[in-house]
Amino acid sequence: MRKAFFALLGRDFTLAIRRPGEIVDAWMFFILIVCLFPLGTNPDDGLLTAFAPAIIWIAALLSTLLSLDRIFKSDFLDGSLEQLLLSPQPVAILVFAKVLVHWVSSGLLLILISPLMAIFLGLPTEAIPVLMLSLLLGTPVLSLVGAIAVALTVGLRGAGLLLPLLLLPLYTPVLIFGSHAVQAAATGMSAVGPLYLLGAILLLAVTLAPLAIAASLRISVE
Amino acid sequence: MKTWFHQWGSAPYFYGRASRWIPWLSLLALGTIAYGLVGGLVLAPVDYQQGQGYRIIFVHVPSAWMSMFIYTSMAFAAAIALIWRMKIAEVYISAAAPIGASFTFLALLTGSLWGKPMWGTYWVWDARLTSELILLFLYLGVIGLYSAIEDKRSAARAASVLALVGVVNIPIIHYSVEWWHTLHQGATITKFDKPSMDTAMLWPLLSMALGFTFYFGALVLVRMRVGLLQRERYSRWVSDMLNSGGSAS
Repeated sequence: MRKAFFALLGRDFTLAIRRPGEIVDAWMFFILIVCLFPLGTNPDDGLLTAFAPAIIWIAALLSTLLSLDRIFKSDFLDGSLEQLLLSPQPVAILVFAKVLVHWVSSGLLLILISPLMAIFLGLPTEAIPVLMLSLLLGTPVLSLVGAIAVALTVGLRGAGLLLPLLLLPLYTPVLIFGSHAVQAAATGMSAVGPLYLLGAILLLAVTLAPLAIAASLRISVE
Repeated sequence: MKTWFHQWGSAPYFYGRASRWIPWLSLLALGTIAYGLVGGLVLAPVDYQQGQGYRIIFVHVPSAWMSMFIYTSMAFAAAIALIWRMKIAEVYISAAAPIGASFTFLALLTGSLWGKPMWGTYWVWDARLTSELILLFLYLGVIGLYSAIEDKRSAARAASVLALVGVVNIPIIHYSVEWWHTLHQGATITKFDKPSMDTAMLWPLLSMALGFTFYFGALVLVRMRVGLLQRERYSRWVSDMLNSGGSAS
């Protein structure tokens, strides 16, 4: 089981690295959305700083949404997804590897660039570690929950339009706790509470989402 | 118990029973809603604080109850559909989701109409309002996913998974929103809490809630009959029934 997990992990990482364009696109999308907000408002009146946590988190949500499609798409098209489901290994473990690769190629990159975004939006420097920590706890949830919806819509034409409808309502708790932690840190309050809750949601997602993803894939592929 | 379960799982049996139940449920709904409307809109006394405006709760509160009740029942049906692959449960989800979405919309609409004279605004980002709005989006997601998948068998199963994911999320969403609200801003508007409701208001309200439930029951059975016929249109019992011109079993 462990061998299969790491084999799949290695394969998917190689595939992801060989197609850097897809990764960079979602990453650039995140950066551009954040950069558009100062252009749309008056950057000097302090509103931007007040909205900075929400802007960064919503940009992270949308960028994840954009990149989710690739988790299962190519595997579905070339038939290797079916082989995955037929294999004697537990499917939940295998899809966890795929989600992990997706998170490293989307969420982790967002975390790395987020300090720069925070500076763009005028967020106080004390809030930057909290921002990174909240993204570290929150973006894996986005990948895990997102993979359920992608698994449900993998065989569909026009799934790209359906995904936001299915996912954004489910993403609201992560958005609330994530941006709230940053907001608290930016105004000098303790961010521990929302961060703990984000951690709790992450634990719940790690335990339950792979099972739901596996069940959804079986429905979509059967 | 077991034969009962299997009987209800059989499409012709269910179709026949549903046909027999629909008139009764409709009658019950008509009676209870009529009593509720007369009792609530005419007989119940005027509220000393809110005047006549409070009377919208006779529609608002039952709709809000129904919106939650229907989603919960869909989640139960989803579990049954996924575990036992029961056809009737699958049909139930697709039949109930639009009705549930309508009740949710009605609850939001009546709530905001009530809010304008009472709170002075149509909409506040209050915890309950926000979670009800997200509930509406969850309903729309289930409906959207179901209609996007062409094979209705797998569409129903996919919608079941989504309904279950949603039901796990509902408490999280509810508490996150509530918590966010309390931190975000102080209580601008206190929810109206009455020490105890006068029985002249309580009975019509309960009657309306009961009536909405019966109405939902009748409506969902009608929709389920159509759904069953569509899904089973090539099967023996449907053609037998159509040829004999009567109702099934």
